Amino acid sequence: MDVPLAPRVAGRSARTRSFGYRSLKAVGRWRLLSFGVLLILSYVVVAAIGPELAPYEPNATHPQATLHEPTPEFRFGTDKFGRDIFSRVLYATRLDLSIAFSVAVSAFLVGAVVGALSGYFGGIVDDVVMRLVDVLLAFPAFILAMALTGILGDTIPNVILAISVAYVPYFIRLTRGEMLRVRTLQYADAAVGVGNPRWRVVLVHLLPNSLTPAFIQVTLVLGWAILDAAGLAFLGLGITPPTAEWGVMVAEGAQRIITGEWWTWLFPGLAIVIIAFAFSIVGDGLRDLLAREER
Amino acid sequence: MAEPLLRVESLRLDIADHESSRSVLLDVSFDVRPNEVMGLVGESGSGKTMTALTIMRLLPPAARASEGRIAFEGEDLLRLNESAMRQVRGSKIAMIFQNPRAALNPLMRAGEQVARALMLHRGLTAAEARRQAVELLRHAGISDAESRARAYPHQLSGGMAQRVLIAMMLACRPALLIADEPTTGLDVTIQAQIFDLIKEIQAETGASLLLITHDLGVVSEVCQRVAVLYAGQIMEQAPVAELFHHPSHPYTERLLGSILRVDQVAELDTSRAIAFASIDYDNPGCRFANRCPYVLEACWVRRPEPRWLAEDHVVFCHLRNEAGT
Amino acid sequence: MPHFLRYLLRRIGLAVITLAGVAVFVFLLTHILPSNPAALRAGPLADAELIHKYEREMGLDQPIYVQFGRYAQELLSGNLGESWKTGQPVLQELGERLPATIELAATAFLIALVVGVTLGVLAAVYAGSWIDQGVRLYATLGAAQALFWLALLMVHVFYYTLDWAPAPLDRLTIGVAEPPLVTGLFTVDSLLARQFSTFLDAVNHLWLPAVVLAFVVSAPVVKMTRGSMLDTLNADFVRTAKAIGVPQRSVVVRDALRNAFIPILTMVGIVFGYLIAGNVVVEKVFSWAGIGQYAWNALTINDFNAVQGFVLLIAVIYVGLNLVIDLAYGFLDPRIRLG
Repeated sequence: MDVPLAPRVAGRSARTRSFGYRSLKAVGRWRLLSFGVLLILSYVVVAAIGPELAPYEPNATHPQATLHEPTPEFRFGTDKFGRDIFSRVLYATRLDLSIAFSVAVSAFLVGAVVGALSGYFGGIVDDVVMRLVDVLLAFPAFILAMALTGILGDTIPNVILAISVAYVPYFIRLTRGEMLRVRTLQYADAAVGVGNPRWRVVLVHLLPNSLTPAFIQVTLVLGWAILDAAGLAFLGLGITPPTAEWGVMVAEGAQRIITGEWWTWLFPGLAIVIIAFAFSIVGDGLRDLLAREER
Repeated sequence: MAEPLLRVESLRLDIADHESSRSVLLDVSFDVRPNEVMGLVGESGSGKTMTALTIMRLLPPAARASEGRIAFEGEDLLRLNESAMRQVRGSKIAMIFQNPRAALNPLMRAGEQVARALMLHRGLTAAEARRQAVELLRHAGISDAESRARAYPHQLSGGMAQRVLIAMMLACRPALLIADEPTTGLDVTIQAQIFDLIKEIQAETGASLLLITHDLGVVSEVCQRVAVLYAGQIMEQAPVAELFHHPSHPYTERLLGSILRVDQVAELDTSRAIAFASIDYDNPGCRFANRCPYVLEACWVRRPEPRWLAEDHVVFCHLRNEAGT
Repeated sequence: MPHFLRYLLRRIGLAVITLAGVAVFVFLLTHILPSNPAALRAGPLADAELIHKYEREMGLDQPIYVQFGRYAQELLSGNLGESWKTGQPVLQELGERLPATIELAATAFLIALVVGVTLGVLAAVYAGSWIDQGVRLYATLGAAQALFWLALLMVHVFYYTLDWAPAPLDRLTIGVAEPPLVTGLFTVDSLLARQFSTFLDAVNHLWLPAVVLAFVVSAPVVKMTRGSMLDTLNADFVRTAKAIGVPQRSVVVRDALRNAFIPILTMVGIVFGYLIAGNVVVEKVFSWAGIGQYAWNALTINDFNAVQGFVLLIAVIYVGLNLVIDLAYGFLDPRIRLG
């Protein structure tokens, strides 16, 4: 083509629209992204000061007020032990968010370093790493986390480890892919030519430039980690009662499904879904944003 | 002078990305007569392909033809609705593109694709279409057409793929064929063959051909008339021989690499002439102004009026308007 | 055909290597990580003697490579060991429950595929319109779902409030007899045996969990279909088809969709992973007697053999499915089939 075609407007419209509509959509996309970021920030705030906001202790029971519907006193109702669900949800925010961040950070760090080194050096190392990745990816992520948690035992660090292991392969593949692309660029050879040891070239010079897709993946993994941790807790793995964690609370609420005390599981579940949704929007928005800039 | 087959009048094409809007084509006017080979020549980025896509109404989503008209068989193609335009495409106006192998459906055999065009435009049955397709492939110069018809696009060379596309066009029997750089990326010998084929077909069917290219050599060999396009503006239009012997627009002169005659009116500004300036989309006048050795004040202000130098030879240049040369 | 044959052999080879790796990996998991599997098996109340007994029985007193040898041998002969709880062969127990899972997973998968591909195609063809926006919203919501919560929500709405679904208590209402065993899929078997009321009951219990699962699983299907279709719709050969006047619907189906389908096919493998994972949760919420529920039970009582068997089976199915998809992909794409 002699004239560069219009960059595919991130919405990739197949119809011609008026310029006004297009600008509105662009703003709309920003709006969605900012909305997501706002949600995440509010969760972080709650995680930080949650305990201050909660009217009750998470494990404080009110035996005379068990299984009450939401009231002004117990905003999300009470569970079968008479614990205030609202307070428990607030407290759980800190736990769930820190689990998510721990998982994302560890999976990212390990995956990025391994992927970068593997991609750069190639050869046997790369083959072995890729076969390992294949093995890990031979299981659906959640199943792998499930098995690991079941075998390692029900502690929070184990849950973080188990879920991280499930997502490390994604990061390995991503950074390796980028590394394959980047290592043939000239500045890589230049850095080696100047005398840097090769592993240093990889980690210090090349890796930072190949991290863009990995960053996007981090936002997505943050959301998935919460869903997985809560899912595991729902199955009774990893985090167990009486810890106030969203998944645990949903599991406890699940026992009430037939008798209809919906508030015991609805609110903790909403907390999960909303933050996962926020991460998902931000991840998609970042992807659109960064893809546009690459052009 | 015969009534033109296709007349593009003052065409303006805007493309909007998420930040701004650009007039990729601004006041493009030219025409194509019946039974002729018309060239549209210009460098990379001049808007040649966009012009063709606008005629076919196959524009990318962000592009909009905001002004002008394209007259064809009594209709304004820009005002037709999509289903009417679909009637036009293929049967009245057809187009072949660069990169022929990418232009074929990778999952369909070559013969099938030609047969599809036949069924669509000549109402043949599937069996008849398949047989005719082989004939057309042979007509397009593919030896061993029987077995080639069963091949998939990735098994064909670039030249052969282009012949398949030409066969598809033959199936459609359009009145106007647009060929956008049909030989880019092909070997020189194949290029010559393809052009010979195109010329042959044009002569045989009496269709007109709008040939879009950056290669003046091709224009001199194949075309009868030519329009020169720069930065989305038509600079000059003339019969080929006339253009080559008496180029009028400074840009055409530059293209042809001829020596400029210093005019009494303007002085040669060598620094400007050497500049590798990028396309100035904001200039409401003549977009060649930032590279023109003879640039005048007026060139930055408004588009030059057309000036007829001879029958069939028109140029859009303030210098020529003023100097009266 | 030699090109395809090479492709076939390479893919099969990779799958075999991966499965071998999986076997080693699972062995390491269950034999190295836990401090003492025998102690776990014997339970918290066991005395040293019982633990030793189990150690000998499980061969834990042997050097590790001997243990691995035994393990590998057993695996290759299709023996997944015996459940620590019931003493029954794990493979058999899994086999008994597999049809239930297949019934649920296959139904959900079909729904997700039909709904997902249709929505994805519509979103791509009408990109930028409200249809597109709506579909993308659907996909984003679906992707962020906590399946266990959504299942509860659906049960509450459809069973508790609207009474459109039966209580989430397994595949048939209590008191309704299972149809004679042919495939293990109650819906199919009851039709084959012409027990129409049983069929209806089975469907009645099946629809809600299947729909819930399908909703979540359809989200990635929608996303990838839309993306793939958009890329294809912008391709040169689609433009050619339009340039010769092919009608829009034909362009979408014959040119765009057929070409977009290949990447969609590869996505099916990924989606299947979500499906299996989702099945475990859904089976728990709906008390569905499939392998997911079996695995969950096994995990809670630390029945490692059963868990190991489950995990191995899942890996085999997953790797196998991806292999089939790769082969289908290779066959459908003439560029790979013919080279």
